[in-house]
This record gives sequence, structure tokens and C-alpha cells, in this order.
Amino acid sequence: MEVTTTQNGVDLELLKPVLAEYAKVSGSLITILQKTQAIYGYLPISALTEIAAATGVAPAKIMGVATFYTQFRLEPIGKYLIMVCQGTACHVNGSEKLAQALSDELGIQDGETSKDGLFTLKHVACLGCCSLAPAIMINDDVYGNLTGDKARKIVQDIAKKTKEAAK
Amino acid sequence: MKIRSFDDLKQYKKSLYGNKKTAKYTVLVGMATCGVASGANTTMTAFEETVNELGLKNVTLKRTGCIGYCFLEPIAEVIDEQGNSTIYTKVDKAKVAEIVSSHLQNGKPLTEGVIKPDMQRINLAEVKPIQKRQLRVALRNCGVIDPESLDDYIKYDGYMALAKCLFELTPNGVIEIIKRSGLRGRGGGGFSTGLKWSFVAKENAPVKNIICNADEGDPGAFMDRSILEGDPNSILEAMAIAGYATGAAHGYIYIRAEYPMAVKRLKIAIAQATEMGLLGDNIMGTDFSFDIQIKLGAGAFVCGEETALIHSIEGKRGEPKMKPPYPAKRGLWGEPTCVNNVETYANICPIIIKGDQWFNSMGTTKSPGTKVFALAGKINNVGLVEVPMGITLREMIYDVGGGIVDGKAFKAIQTGGPSGGVIPYTMLDTPIEYDSLVAMGSMMGSGGMIVMDEDDCMVNIAKFYLEFSVEESCGRCTPCRIGNKRLFEILEKITNGNGTMDDIRKLKELGRVIKDTALCGLGQTSPNPVLSTLHFFEDEYIAHVVDRTCPAKTCSSLIRYFIMPDKCIGCTLCARVCPVSCIDGERKALHSIRQHECIKCGACMDACKSNAIVKR
Ligand SMILES: Cc1cc2nc3c(=O)[nH]c(=O)nc-3n(C[C@H](O)[C@H](O)[C@H](O)COP(=O)(O)O)c2cc1C
Ligand code: FES
Repeated sequence: MEVTTTQNGVDLELLKPVLAEYAKVSGSLITILQKTQAIYGYLPISALTEIAAATGVAPAKIMGVATFYTQFRLEPIGKYLIMVCQGTACHVNGSEKLAQALSDELGIQDGETSKDGLFTLKHVACLGCCSLAPAIMINDDVYGNLTGDKARKIVQDIAKKTKEAAK
Repeated sequence: MKIRSFDDLKQYKKSLYGNKKTAKYTVLVGMATCGVASGANTTMTAFEETVNELGLKNVTLKRTGCIGYCFLEPIAEVIDEQGNSTIYTKVDKAKVAEIVSSHLQNGKPLTEGVIKPDMQRINLAEVKPIQKRQLRVALRNCGVIDPESLDDYIKYDGYMALAKCLFELTPNGVIEIIKRSGLRGRGGGGFSTGLKWSFVAKENAPVKNIICNADEGDPGAFMDRSILEGDPNSILEAMAIAGYATGAAHGYIYIRAEYPMAVKRLKIAIAQATEMGLLGDNIMGTDFSFDIQIKLGAGAFVCGEETALIHSIEGKRGEPKMKPPYPAKRGLWGEPTCVNNVETYANICPIIIKGDQWFNSMGTTKSPGTKVFALAGKINNVGLVEVPMGITLREMIYDVGGGIVDGKAFKAIQTGGPSGGVIPYTMLDTPIEYDSLVAMGSMMGSGGMIVMDEDDCMVNIAKFYLEFSVEESCGRCTPCRIGNKRLFEILEKITNGNGTMDDIRKLKELGRVIKDTALCGLGQTSPNPVLSTLHFFEDEYIAHVVDRTCPAKTCSSLIRYFIMPDKCIGCTLCARVCPVSCIDGERKALHSIRQHECIKCGACMDACKSNAIVKR
């Protein structure tokens, strides 16, 4: 029988298919990291060690890549990642106030995750939806022409729906 | 079915027109990110349900890309058999019911909430004189075809340009056409596309690569996203043409992960085109093979720079390197590589089909053709426009853009994002083209235009961009890593009200040093927002340091909020919204703000219904 290797609750078994497909394809490191993050929601250190072993890329190199790109996280995040645009169009249309309202509503700052583990706030540069400024993106959905109150309502609705679904 | 020759393609196109009787009405719903975020999914569902419920047989529903009028989304266009079009705006569920009952059932188009754009699209099959202000070349299919249907693309002469190249032109012949057209790279630099292709073609190497740069990191830009979401096949076709012309067999699209819809549509397009034999091995039965892979960016602005982008595709940190050697000589995996921007590719097929002379009859001598701009900020018609190069800013803002929001005074436009600069109101009659913008200390950039009005502080805007550059500097070279940080700190000092005249001098000096010594395009251009605002709005900087005021009343350290005694009605609204409870006052009596406790958040001013609160 096969034994699952888990380190700090990270099931490395899930990573195997990704490594089987990409470990030996040169230039795939970023793709591997993206797929790993899609599995775990972040890049667990144990997974990075596993990737180093499978690809033969030095752990320091992998860490260098993982910390270079803003997309990669070394810490777990909430179920919903709220990206608050701080791009120019959003800036001149009041994104600062919007960000403040979301921080107040969720009780967290940029980069933090709410206590219930539902939301992570992240300030980003331009979502490419400047015609909808100020805009935010929650997971893959864009919400535009927001005010503080509209944004509060959106996260309240999501929280309510998620809690109801969990019941 | 697989296409195995030019005739196959022509036959197939014909069959698409032949087999189905066209419905009386075609309803197009704009379903790019802007549309969907405004509720286009609901609109589409409403149309589907109503049409099904009523059993209407004469209506075809179609999803399409961005029509360009993002501020009026969701948009639905109804086209009748004669080709008459009615474009409905802000189409919600109730509006759908009205459109169906009046227009689709009774043949009476509504007149409310309809727009008539001053816009013309090119048609690949025929040449028509330009009559309208907006001319859509790169965006020709956006808002017309279903981006998830290869058949629809082929109906609009899709893959005809590639077929023409493969069957009627030599690789060198293709390059000559592109060279003569005068097409310049739309990614910001404005380098001649034909020349770049010829450099790659000249290299004697077994493997060469084509890259499409879809990183679009400039804040304020969304042209490339709209093209990819609205017409993904045109980019694939153009990349294959570039491959044929330069002798490359592999293509990569480097696209930001923030564009999930564009990625999805590209994947669909690649799969469909490969299935039909329009991509992959032995395209259309010839011995030319070309495959395309999608590479997702991981969020780093500098990866838009071509050498950094190449490192990123190779799976490394996206740091740029010294040029030369240019990618055309030693690019991806050390092989000759041609990197072009999305919009550059979007112009290729029309040039191949309609010819280089047609192309350079538009625009100016040195910047032929059209350019797509993303208009955003304080402008009424927020959205995507495509105009011939050389149009003046005045035409752009007041005619195409519909003027400034709330009739406020236009102050400046920002082009080129963090690498660009501002163009002030005094330069309204400057033509928009590569060289005139560079001469003004700005640059075309990729086409993002942020319109700013009297309420926007130029020092604050410069600080905003510097913060971005500090964040995005990869750290490889010292001038950019440390210099930008110092520039940012000085700007922060000025906006906090602690600046001196010497700080202004330092900004100029340091800015120039960074420009001259940084390693890559990011650092070489990052001082531009500071230098150009200083050049055109030095008095605003001086007001901050000498008078300690912010003329635009943006910098919170330099402003105070006051309650006007003659206007306050004592409704207590402001006191209730104040997050730090620093407003005193009884019901029906004059309120006042305890200045030393005020955090200047502006919540009271937003809440006040009697306009009794002012900033000074
Ligand atoms: C910091 C920096 C960011 C850039 N970002 C982009 C970008 O997002 N998209 C793009 O097409 N070109 C970008 N460029 C320009 C590219 O380096 C390159 O010149 C371009 O992709 C070439 O294509 P073109 O000739 O078709 O314009 C950037 C350049 C620099 C220095
Ligand atoms: S500036 Fe916010 S989406 Fe572009």
C-alpha cells in the first residue's frame, strides 16, 4: 500500500501529477509553481522542497523565483482573494477610500486574511478594467464602478452565501 | 474537417454562409470583462429566456467582444436583415423585455438609450473611404464576431491573410510588405515591425521563436485585453504569419494571469485552429508548421520588458539584461526571437490583405495607421477608441471622449503609464503620434490615457507613479532600485508639506541621473512622470513647498475641512459618519470640526447633503 507523505498537513501526493508532467520540461518552473499554488492556495515550503528534488533546480533558485513575482504567496490565503486595484484610473476615481472601506469592513489590512479565513485583501496595480474604475477582482470576477458601500455589500453577500452553503 | 489548401478555406468560408438561412435579427451582446462585470451575463440569459419562451424563430443570439463603450455596458446590438444596426445601452432585464416586444416582435426599434457611434470598421474584403472619426483596424472584429467561434472568424475573412502568405508570397515578400507599410510596434517603443522581422529572418539558426507580448502592465491600459477577449484568432493568425516570414516554428503568448477571460478564449481559439489545420503541423497542407503555447505571467510589471519577459518564459526571475544582443539575435533559449505587442499583431492581417499603401494612407507619415487608446479617468466616454494617428488631444478628449466629467476643467492627460508623462491643457492641439509625444517628455506608451481634471494634484500623481516604480523595480541596477526610492521619498516630503526649494532641484538632478544610468527601460523612463509634471506644472510644486498649499486640494496634509456656518442645518449626519468622532454640534445647531483630531478622510464632506463642508 502507498503511504501518503504529509508535512504540516500538506498532502504532497497532490503534487505528483504536476511534477510528472512538468518536472523534466525545461523552463517550466513558473508553470509548476502556478499549478502548485492552484492546488494549495499558496506555496508550502515542503512543496517547494519536493519541487527542488524533482526538477533538480536548487532550492535557493526556486525561492528566488517564488519571491520575485507578486502572484506567489508563501502563506495560506482566505477562500476569497480580493484584489483592490490601485492603478491610475482607479486612483483618480477614489480607490483609496474604497480600500479603506474594505479594510474597515473586514478588519484587515493589505496582505492580511480575515479571522474566519474567508477573505484576503491585496492591493494590486491595474486589473485592466480601468473603464470600470474603481474596480476590484474577487477570485476571477471583476466588480466595477464601486463605492465603499457597494463593496461592503458585495463582501457581506459573499460571506452570507458561503456561511449558508456551509450549513 | 481539416483545411488542406487555399481552395479548402475559400470553400469552407462559402459553406458557412450557405448552409444556414440568416435569421431576421441578430442580437449581439458585448461579453468582454467590462460587459460581464456590468451584468452582461444576466442580459444574455434574459434574451435567451425571453426568446425561448416566446418561441421566436427569427432571432440569432450571439456573444461578442468589447464594443468600446464600456461606460454604457451592458450593450446589446440588434442587426436586421438589411444590416441596419441599433445599439442599445445599459440593457438590463426590463430593457430586454422592451427590446424583444417592440423591436424583435413588432419591428419597431426603441429610440431611448440608443447610441450612434461616430465609428467605422474596416472590412477586409473591400476598401471604403474613411468617413468617421473613429476607424477600427486593430479592433475590426471586436464587438462583431463571437470570439469563441472560429467559424465566425472565418466568415469575416479569417485566415485569408495567412493563406495569402503561404500560397502567394515568399517570406521575404511578406517582410517587404510589412516594412513598406511603415507599421511601428504598438507596445510603446515604436520600432519598425518590418525591420525587426527582417533581423530575425536574417539569422541563420535551426530554431527561432515568435512571442506575443500580452503582459499589459501599464496601469490604465486595457487595449490588449480587449483585443484578446474580442478577437483572439486574429493574433494567432498574425503570429503564424510572423513565423512564416521569419522562419520560426514556435509561438508563445505571454499573458498576465489577471486576464482569465482572455486566457480562456485564447485556449479555445488555439484548440479550434489546430483542429482545423490552421495551426500546428503542415498548416493548410503546406510544409509550414507553427504551434502556439500560452505562458501565464506571474505578476511583475518589468516582465513586459522583452528581455525580462524572455527570462520569465524560461522559468527564471524576470530580470532584464543588457541589450544588445537584442532578442532578434539571442532571445528565448538563446535562439533568435521576435517579440511583438498584441496590437502590433492585430494590424498584420489587414496590411497583408489590403496592402501597405492602404495602411500608410492612414495616420501621419512617420506614424502610419491607427492606434487604440484606452480612455479612463475623469472623462465622460470611458472606454476603448481607435483613431488614426495624428489626431489632436482636443479632438480626442472633446469629440471622441465626450469631454470632462461634470463639466470640470481639463488639466492634463497622462500617457505611457509609469514610463510616460503628462500632457497639459496648454498642449491640446498637439498631434498624437510617437515622435511628438517623445518630444514633449512623454511617450505613446501602449495607449493608456488617463484624463485628469482640476481636482488632481500633479505632485500627487508623480508620487503615485514613483510608488509604482519603486514597487516594481526588480532591484538589479542601483539607479533604479535606490534612485527611485529617493525620488519617492522627496515627493512624499513635499506632499506632506515639509518640502523645500532644494528638494525640487534634487528631483530634477536625480531624475536625470536615473534616466541616463539605469539598466533597462523601466529605470530609464521611471523619472518621466516627475520630470514632465515638473516641466509643465512647476508652480504647483512651488505652491506645495513655499505656500504649503495644495492647489488641487488633494494632499491631505495640506488641507483642512471646514463647516460653513451659513449652510449647516445641523442635521448631525457628518458627526455620525466621522470615524474619529471629531465633529461637535447639537441637532439643528451649527457643527464644528476639532481640527487637531481630524484625519482628513473626507467622509463628512461626502455625507453632507447641504454642501456645507469645504476643503481649504
Ligand atoms: C518596463 C517596461 C514594460 C513594458 N511593458 C510592455 C507591455 O506590457 N506590453 C508590450 O507590448 N510591451 C511592453 N514593453 C515593450 C517591450 O519591451 C517591447 O519593446 C515590445 O513588446 C516590442 O513589441 P512591439 O515592437 O510590437 O511594440 C515594456 C518595456 C519596458 C521597458
Ligand atoms: S486602473 Fe484600476 S483597473 Fe486599471
